[in-house]
Amino acid sequence: MKKITIAILILCMAPFSIFAAESGIALERAPVDITDNASLKRGAESFVNYCLTCHGASYMRYNRHRDIGYTNEEILDKLVFTGQKVGDLMESAMRKKEAEEWFGVVPPDLSVIARSRGADWLYTYLKAFYRDDSTATGWNNLVFDRAAMPHVLYQLQGEQKLVVKKTDKGEEKGLSLEKNGELNSSDYDKFVADLVNYLVYLGEPHANARKKLGVEVMIFLLGMLILSYALKKEYWKDIH
Amino acid sequence: MADSFSINEKMSGRRKFLVAATSVAGGIAGAAIATPFLLSMMPSERAKAAGAPVEVDISKLEPGMLLMVEWRGRVVWVLNRTPEMLESLVKVEGELADPNSEKNQQPEYARNRTRSIKPEILVTEGVCTHLGCSPVFRKDIAPADLGPDWQGGFFCPCHGSKFDLAGRVYKNVPAPTNMVVPPHMYMSDSRLLIGSESEGSA
Amino acid sequence: MSNLFNSMIEWIDKRFPLTSNWKAHLSEYYAPKNFNFWYFFGSLALLVLVNQLLTGIFLTMNYKPDASQAFASVEYIMRDVDYGWLIRYMHSTGASMFFVVVYLHMFRGMMYGSYRKPRELLWIIGMAIFFVLMSLAFTGYILPWGQMSYWGAQVIVSMFGAIPVIGDTLQQWLLGDFTLSDAALNRFFAYHVVTLPLILLVLVFVHILALHETGSNNPDGIEIKDNKNPQTGIPVDGIPFHPYYTVKDIVGVVVFLFVFCGIIFFAPEMGGYFLEYNNFIPANTLQTPDHIAPVWYFTPYYSMLRAVTVNFLGIDAKLWGVILMAGSVVIFCFLPWLDRSPVKSIRYKGPLFKTALALFVVSFFVLGWLGTKSPTPMYTLLAQIFTVIYFAFFILMPWYSKIDKTKPEPKRLKE
Repeated sequence: MKKITIAILILCMAPFSIFAAESGIALERAPVDITDNASLKRGAESFVNYCLTCHGASYMRYNRHRDIGYTNEEILDKLVFTGQKVGDLMESAMRKKEAEEWFGVVPPDLSVIARSRGADWLYTYLKAFYRDDSTATGWNNLVFDRAAMPHVLYQLQGEQKLVVKKTDKGEEKGLSLEKNGELNSSDYDKFVADLVNYLVYLGEPHANARKKLGVEVMIFLLGMLILSYALKKEYWKDIH
Repeated sequence: MADSFSINEKMSGRRKFLVAATSVAGGIAGAAIATPFLLSMMPSERAKAAGAPVEVDISKLEPGMLLMVEWRGRVVWVLNRTPEMLESLVKVEGELADPNSEKNQQPEYARNRTRSIKPEILVTEGVCTHLGCSPVFRKDIAPADLGPDWQGGFFCPCHGSKFDLAGRVYKNVPAPTNMVVPPHMYMSDSRLLIGSESEGSA
Repeated sequence: MSNLFNSMIEWIDKRFPLTSNWKAHLSEYYAPKNFNFWYFFGSLALLVLVNQLLTGIFLTMNYKPDASQAFASVEYIMRDVDYGWLIRYMHSTGASMFFVVVYLHMFRGMMYGSYRKPRELLWIIGMAIFFVLMSLAFTGYILPWGQMSYWGAQVIVSMFGAIPVIGDTLQQWLLGDFTLSDAALNRFFAYHVVTLPLILLVLVFVHILALHETGSNNPDGIEIKDNKNPQTGIPVDGIPFHPYYTVKDIVGVVVFLFVFCGIIFFAPEMGGYFLEYNNFIPANTLQTPDHIAPVWYFTPYYSMLRAVTVNFLGIDAKLWGVILMAGSVVIFCFLPWLDRSPVKSIRYKGPLFKTALALFVVSFFVLGWLGTKSPTPMYTLLAQIFTVIYFAFFILMPWYSKIDKTKPEPKRLKE
């Protein structure tokens, strides 16, 4: 009987992960730390400069960035460029209809993109653009074939080229930097890491508060457990 | 039945203590669980953003004209009073319930005869203090329905409350107090900010 | 103080049967004294029910059952409403935990023969609760109107189209449209927040009434009412539910809350099992996600739905899948009459039953795991094999439970 109990408990708690790898290449691990406000601020500023032109984050309010250590004045100064108010949602400046004409699809809202795609996918994606003359934008991506988005960050990263190696197992795809950008490769990695870190924060801005409250709740429950167990023991002395 | 609810005489000291301690801890837990639920019913971030201060340009507001502005989903009136209108404020004072604005229905800077920062510009919520209707602006003097003593003011169609041109309530009407003057400030001569007393929160 | 209290109770008792009910259902409801770990899940299911009702009410205060606003209103709850994230996670985690405790509660009944005479009706009421619970989970999962909500509902509703003759009309009637749309979202919302909870509450009430009529079963599977103290008429092996099982259940509740809060605060998505990643993409009626799988608690049935790939007996594969899926749940209702063993509890049952139950549990888990995977020929074959094992557990039960070598039941409960 005990064995069945234990076996079932183990089965219930077996660690799961169902992020299906959509493409052939392995995803790189994104160095995410949503308690690092300096990184989140760098990411936020890159986000409003590079992403918010086309993508919205329309479930997020600018003034929510108080979470990561900004004041209202700093938010207006560093994040709001379109004359919106500090309590407004981060809507994209681009009209949906125009976007569809330009890209073929409406650029997706990025508020919860890190929750659907995962940080590692985003991190790898932003580093995996390469030149491809056969596409409409002139760009392609290793983890998202024929992505509608051009390489917005190419001035920073430079231009990459697809390198296909023939091995025993078949073809192995890789990228090599052809033209240098403004950032060297490790600085570009850091830039993307900050941006992805911010996207993770953006997906669930309350995550830090959630964990903090969780610790308090757990401590309370521990006390409650001791107390209720003692109470149970005390009463069950009666039962022979 | 009462026995099984409460701590009774036959219980050992240890048992009494544990029952009491667990009950207290359970009570704390209950209150702690109730808190987020109750807080979730407060105005949300969206409501707060919609209730953010409103900026109004009053440069085109002619004397005698009333401008309606929405702030926190309520109507706020901005009235540019003519010299005659300002004179009427003195005339009606005898008939008012609270001519000196002693009740706290306005910020300190509007506790004066004109109930305003600049004498001619009245900023008040257009909400009757009786049951929340929005009174009508009646600047006509001595009309048939309001009687010969009417010097211009606001008349509430719901229950007949009357206010003068500074939003002060008349005696013997259902409304108990003067109309509410919201916090406001002048960012420049012609730019009025309703809902805040400092520019930083704009 | 205590005098005032007593006279107040007296006042109420003349007008409402408070004390008599308190006695009948708590302080003088005698439960077997040998309840073990498996007996926590009934009261825990009640706790989760309360959690779902409470958090559900607060979610409806801000949720919008409108196809163009539903997804945004959920994010609004998560971000703009004070503690909205906590209430939402309590509800989404509660949904999964409801199934965890109910599955364990049902497994307890299967192990100790709680469905056997005189508790057949109790078991069937319980199964009715399970059906309502599945409907609640399904209608609730649609509400966020994400990609998985939309396509999951699409798949389930299409199953009704498999029913011969009336299928198509029935499907349109259910949807109120020719396709899954705002009309369906709106009515599923009505079912989820009014119709089904009301039915569930009534059924839970009836379930507890029926339980208190027959008395609780126990790990030994013998009736404590057969052995009463001749003077008092109280079962010798029974103890008052209150205070003994109330204080014990409190411990169970606290331990459960450790797990529950652990998920809410530290892993609300539970690795994509409680909140699926693709459901963070708003519903797109033109594009199915690459990989769709129902939430984990439905995956065993989903596997069986997909397992049939050939037409036979003049019925096409699609309809067979639906029949099997429905049958896999309905068949539980027949357990009281399928089990022919002379003993109730697994403690005294023989190796045949133990093996059969173990195989059943394995098939349930394997089918559940397969339901999360995209079908490949290998996986489909596995699903077919384990579907057969799943049904064999029930269909062969009259035979193996009868010839099984059982041990004699004791007269009194063992410690």
